[in-house]
Amino acid sequence: MISASRLRKSFGRTVVLEDLSLDVATGQCVALLGPNGSGKTTLLRILATVLRPSGGTLSLDGVDALKRPEAARAIVGVVGHGSWVYEDLTALENLRFWTAMRGGSASPTRLQAALQQLDLDAVSHDRARTFSAGMKRRLALARVALSDARILLLDEPFTGLDRQGRKWLGEFLYQFKAGGGTVVLATHSFLGGLDVADRIAILYGGRFALDRPAAELSWDALRRLYDDITGGSA
Amino acid sequence: MTDYARRTWFVLWKDLLTERRSKENLNALFFFSLLLLFLFQFALGPDRRSLEAALPGLLWLGFILAGLLGLGRSFIAERDNDCWEGLLLTPGDKSAIYLGKLVGNFILMAVVELVLLVLFGFFFGVALWPVAAPLALVLLLGTTGLAAVGTLFAAITAQLRARELLFPVLLLPAQVPILLAAVSATDAALNGTPLAEAAHWLKLLAGADLVYIVIGLLTFEFIIEG
Amino acid sequence: MRRALGWLALIGVIAGLGAGFAYAPREVVQGNVQRIMYLHVPSVLTAYLAFGLVLVGSIVYLATRRAAWDRLAASAAELGVLFTGITIVSGSIWGRPTWGTWWTWDARLTSTAVLFIVYVGYLLLRAMIEDPDARARSAAVVGIVGAANMPIVHFSVKWWRALHQPSTILGPEPSPISPEIRLALLVNWIALTLVFAYFLSRRVEIARLEAEGAP
Repeated sequence: MISASRLRKSFGRTVVLEDLSLDVATGQCVALLGPNGSGKTTLLRILATVLRPSGGTLSLDGVDALKRPEAARAIVGVVGHGSWVYEDLTALENLRFWTAMRGGSASPTRLQAALQQLDLDAVSHDRARTFSAGMKRRLALARVALSDARILLLDEPFTGLDRQGRKWLGEFLYQFKAGGGTVVLATHSFLGGLDVADRIAILYGGRFALDRPAAELSWDALRRLYDDITGGSA
Repeated sequence: MTDYARRTWFVLWKDLLTERRSKENLNALFFFSLLLLFLFQFALGPDRRSLEAALPGLLWLGFILAGLLGLGRSFIAERDNDCWEGLLLTPGDKSAIYLGKLVGNFILMAVVELVLLVLFGFFFGVALWPVAAPLALVLLLGTTGLAAVGTLFAAITAQLRARELLFPVLLLPAQVPILLAAVSATDAALNGTPLAEAAHWLKLLAGADLVYIVIGLLTFEFIIEG
Repeated sequence: MRRALGWLALIGVIAGLGAGFAYAPREVVQGNVQRIMYLHVPSVLTAYLAFGLVLVGSIVYLATRRAAWDRLAASAAELGVLFTGITIVSGSIWGRPTWGTWWTWDARLTSTAVLFIVYVGYLLLRAMIEDPDARARSAAVVGIVGAANMPIVHFSVKWWRALHQPSTILGPEPSPISPEIRLALLVNWIALTLVFAYFLSRRVEIARLEAEGAP
């Protein structure tokens, strides 16, 4: 489903990603671990076609994402650091806008249902300006839940969610995978995302220092490996 | 409705809704226009005749200055929460976003211009209603041109720190022909001269509008790419 | 190749100076000050040539995304602003004794002034964007709009000037050009174009080295 080969990205003289290759099969979820500045966000943004890599190739569901980014964008759903929330619009209006822009049907019932799933229906008519960061995050997840994306790229999606929110997200991702969806999520902390992951990859110094099936790694083993690789820097 | 038209419409809907809610731009532009009115009056002195002669120029000067203020802020809302990235990642032809923004800007400017026009007519004692039709045509053509280039350059400068300096500089070369043509055509309209005599100016405006819009539609995808 | 160009340019300049000062006769009506035309006219033509290269570089860059075309556009713009500046200053110097004023809003000067602003805006924009890819894309769009705009400016200014009839003193049309003057103009134009080409090739080379210095 995702086939990235020898990706490289440099900003001026700074090399952020170096010779990264990643293959993710349909229905798989890969968790990207790594300290701040390791390039997780950069990699996700390249996969999302927001950034163009300095070198390498990328294919999403058979589409050459570098030559035909527009086609690739139809397949991909993204929750980045920013939540894509327009402050002056209400939660409902935000959803309506983004759903319509993706060409999806924006019936009020459907939108309201999505808000309810993420515990936002109480504020569905409130302006997003009044929302906390976590609420904006949940709104972004609602947006992605409504989309018809086949690949989800999530940057630290569990951050800012309470236990109920994390539970919802975990279940959502399970169902998404079961339905044939593919997920790549970046997580900084060990809080969430590791349960639903099929593979765990540690990004360090612009390369994959580790890429193993999650089943092979116990929690402690992973923790130890992580500290070894990153030299204890969280 | 085609996908393209739908996306154009929703960009327009979002911008109009935002404007109606925050009224940021409208208020700023309205008071700015009022200010201009007073300043022009005091700068040019009480002589009615010189004011009337300068009226077309003053009007368009006001429109252009208000336009600089309003157009430059076209993409301000997109700076928060990575909404810019969101627009980039919507599938399909990005020029729909440009078109939606363009129409939104046009409407905003048209509202401000109408208010300014009425105020000018009132304070300077000029009868506008008899010449409303030709005047409206000139305003339509001139405003479209300003909005077309303004929207494109607003996108280019949106993420830059020096936006407020750079935007007017970039826009000026396009404002020159629009200003010259619109002032001459407005002068003709206000004097009751049949529009056929000012036809070449109108054709210039229409041609310029077409050029700007086509370039905007073709190149917007390159701008929105981060 | 570049060195040959450099030598050619040097020869051209010497020839041009010779043609302008020695060969061409002293102009009857305007006197020696007319000789500045040998700089002014080729200069404006070179400025438009540079502008054309900015347009071509911008369009091809957007089509191919190859940085070399962006470097061409940027280098041509730098030289273009220089030659536009020379055009305006030399025109102004000529205008002072001829028209009695340093500046007049005649059609050609006004168009040239607008061209200058387009270039300045283009270069200012480039200076403000750090990311080379974003810089190239945005500059290309500005370059294309600027170029497409110039014919529109040209006509609007021309018609505007026709409206406001200049007084006879300010009439900018020179007296009929004698064949010697025509030849001197041609020689100087070729010379200046060679100078432009030489500097352009050097500037593009420097830009390429700068770009490749960063990995």
